[in-house]
Amino acid sequence: MNSPAGAKIETLTKVNDFVVKFANVNGSGSASANTLFAKAIFRMGIPVSPHNIFPSNIQGLPTWYEVRISEKGYLGRREGVDLMIAMNEQTIQRDIDSVVSGGYVLYDSTKSLPEQMAREDVQFLPIPLTEICIREFEKPSQRQLFKNIIYVGALAALINIDFDVLTNLISDQFRGKEKLIPPNINALQLGHQFASEHFQCPLRLKLKSSDKTDSKILMDGNTAVGLGCVYGGATVASWYPLTPSTSVVDAFGRYCQRLRIDKQTGQQKFSVVQAEDELAAIGIAIGAGWNGARAFTATSGPGISLMQEFLGLAYFSEIPVVLFNIQRVGPSTGMPTRTQQGDLLSCAYASHGDTKHILLFPSTPKECFDFAASAFDIADQIQTPVIVMSDLELGMNEQISEPLDWQEGRAYDRGKVLNQERLEGLEHFGRYQDSDGDGIPYRTYPGTHPDKGSYFTRGSSHDANAAYTEDGDIYAEVMDRIAKKFDTALNYLPEPEIRENGAAMGLLFMGTTTSAITEAQDLLTKHGVATDTLRVKSFPFHQSVRTFIDRHEKVYVIDQNRDAQLKSLLKIELNVNESQVQSIRSYNGVLITAEHISRSVLDSQENTGE
Amino acid sequence: MTYIRKPRFQHPQLETNELGLTRRDYEGTLTTLCGGCGHDSISAAIIQAAAEMSLEPHRIAKLSGIGCSSKIPSYFLGKAHAFNAVHGRMPSVATGANLANKELYYLGISGDGDSASIGLGQFCHIVRRRINMLYIVANNGTYGLTKGQLSATADLGSKTKSGEESLYDNIDLASLAIELGASFVARSFSGDKKQLVPLIQAGLSHKGFAFIDVVSPCVTFNNTDLSTHGYKNTWENNAALSQVDFVPMRDEITTSYAEGEEKDITLHDGSVIHLHKIGNNYDPFDKEKAVMHISQYKAEGRIATGLLYINQKTSDLHDLTNTVDRPFNVLSEQELCPGNPILMEINEAFR
Repeated sequence: MNSPAGAKIETLTKVNDFVVKFANVNGSGSASANTLFAKAIFRMGIPVSPHNIFPSNIQGLPTWYEVRISEKGYLGRREGVDLMIAMNEQTIQRDIDSVVSGGYVLYDSTKSLPEQMAREDVQFLPIPLTEICIREFEKPSQRQLFKNIIYVGALAALINIDFDVLTNLISDQFRGKEKLIPPNINALQLGHQFASEHFQCPLRLKLKSSDKTDSKILMDGNTAVGLGCVYGGATVASWYPLTPSTSVVDAFGRYCQRLRIDKQTGQQKFSVVQAEDELAAIGIAIGAGWNGARAFTATSGPGISLMQEFLGLAYFSEIPVVLFNIQRVGPSTGMPTRTQQGDLLSCAYASHGDTKHILLFPSTPKECFDFAASAFDIADQIQTPVIVMSDLELGMNEQISEPLDWQEGRAYDRGKVLNQERLEGLEHFGRYQDSDGDGIPYRTYPGTHPDKGSYFTRGSSHDANAAYTEDGDIYAEVMDRIAKKFDTALNYLPEPEIRENGAAMGLLFMGTTTSAITEAQDLLTKHGVATDTLRVKSFPFHQSVRTFIDRHEKVYVIDQNRDAQLKSLLKIELNVNESQVQSIRSYNGVLITAEHISRSVLDSQENTGE
Repeated sequence: MTYIRKPRFQHPQLETNELGLTRRDYEGTLTTLCGGCGHDSISAAIIQAAAEMSLEPHRIAKLSGIGCSSKIPSYFLGKAHAFNAVHGRMPSVATGANLANKELYYLGISGDGDSASIGLGQFCHIVRRRINMLYIVANNGTYGLTKGQLSATADLGSKTKSGEESLYDNIDLASLAIELGASFVARSFSGDKKQLVPLIQAGLSHKGFAFIDVVSPCVTFNNTDLSTHGYKNTWENNAALSQVDFVPMRDEITTSYAEGEEKDITLHDGSVIHLHKIGNNYDPFDKEKAVMHISQYKAEGRIATGLLYINQKTSDLHDLTNTVDRPFNVLSEQELCPGNPILMEINEAFR
């Protein structure tokens, strides 16, 4: 099977609108080559969205990198692969099978493909990558690494990637390690040359420079979260390593090393503590929050489970703390390297007893940055935990995003904190007294005043003065006041994004589902179904979410979990009637697709005879 | 009301300290523990220690976990902020609090259930992290609030009031603390105020993680003659390895001691510990020997007390991570936020 299957194949003809998938072995150095590929397309001005589909493993297991290229800006996943870079023998059969009819398969032809893998309806692009590497490079490590760069070079010829863009990227990547630039460029050229000589380049599947990414950035959500924490004034980060949240604290630490070192003394204006477990991680953040520092932790599902007791303490004793939940597939260990929106309910009401927590749902890196920074304000304003609900898809994959932006002179809102001066003028301080009628009491930092403002922080029942009580009526008063605080919180939380054009149907969703929405709407329009949309950005929900639902005949609530958690939450919190909402769910560990959404809507309409 | 306020009445000639404060200014609410509880003596010792040192009460942060021991921060230093955390997790809260403001004194109060069972992991790790604080365990070998179950510090063969015998070896928190890098480790007995008060004072002055394991009998559930944590056994077998006097930094040192038997240890803040060696010429600077002494005494059924180990040359977490001198909780936007021009540069790196 070393020669193309034949000229008879009716290959796909597409410009700036296809899916390329790389099938690799993890730990083989493919990640940087694949990133190079995606970034080159981004720099050519073409909207691109790469998705890592990787194993929970260090070396040897299959990993995929799927790149959606879409001039129209459809950045969600699309089912089916147009061009497969089949570099993993373990999965090659399956990988070839996943290619759409008329698509292409690039593979390492040093070893010939078994007959049974042949397909008449796809075009094979055999390149003897191993052979080229053995011929050109001496060190085994180079032979392995450059194999990846060579196929990127080949792709440059095959689908028309601007070669200068690639070489510039290589130069940028190895700034400071200049001697690595020539061998990498050489490897790119080797691939380019081989492809140009052996195939008719470019293919009918190809790229054309555009201007759709001009002002944009390509960044992963976790990096944006880490930066948001730097800009939002966090000084204490405590954490326990857990995929896919680890890179949040990595990014925070990295940017702090650059931006938070005192120039005169070389001392740190931050502290990153790797705790012994997630219980300690949130405990440290709560201790720091209690004492007036802005503190956060980042985790994922298993960590959320472990943090439950402490979240209840912070809720009841009213301590600001920020928590980033980069959701992965549960329950239990689940699929640690796959994405899901499965922690909505366990975060909204985390911990025993009556509790509720503020949740924020970012959908782009820009929002990861903005919500991370404002989470610290909100936590201070409301004096309660704020959980930012990202997920693996957003956190660990590079996304096209509006650039980050910080309003010069923006002040941190530290909420109701009494300093020594204000305490001096105060006759009586009651830590949990609702002086302003908004449910939010005043707090003090330890050590502020010799005689005034000290109080006893506790998770046991307390009165307005923070004194222990077992008086049920007083307990109930405190609980009612805390509930009121969450009504007040609505004034501080981002409002839902509503796009309305008088349609009868609505789509309601959050977070990474957003990436599939425009495309889903376009697909539905083709079938004559018009839709309005509401994107939830925070919890508790604003009343505008309820009125949006009321204004529509039917609202499809889209969840990336099995149990329709967003729909459940709407019913619990807004008294939404079951007949008003219909669930669309996806929970196979990869990002929901537009096809799935539109198909679900159309199926449901057929079923109800509409 | 489920707590009892103390009457404000006080003797007109009550002694005042350097700050003009009396002992009453260091007290808290009235205790709700059982009459005769060892923990009340610990509260009293803390009050005396802080008053004698003329510490500003509001510059101390009291932190505790859950259990009888963890209730006692209510009974002393009423002008200080307190944090009653969740069971066994005070160490993490103390770590965070300390990171936020390095300028306060941190006093952690825990119990044997809180630190040796549910919170053993957090205990070990706060020792490793060298948080600058004094951590006291009120150790009674039993779970008082749940009516007398054995705890992990109960010695093998020790019996509770209900006759339950400990079938397992105990966890010795003092030995553990020494092994994990605590730089001040002492053991005392709640009934021995003469020993306990200077140890608390030295522990508060010490820079780094200071730990005092205080045997503190539970009169209600674990004070039988067959309990190694009862008053009788502790009095009879209390073996002080050293006797300690504490001289705050402000006092002039006037007494002198014969060489060979005494040693002055100068602490970070300039205070001095006068150490009177007793018996076998005990050396509290030797980590290995300290652990050996503890287990040798234990094998003889005796409880080694006093200053067990000290190393005043260590650094705390702030030193290790080279944090700025000013507390994190006073740093402003100007000091923390890099501003928009830098963000624009960062954007460029992602294009």
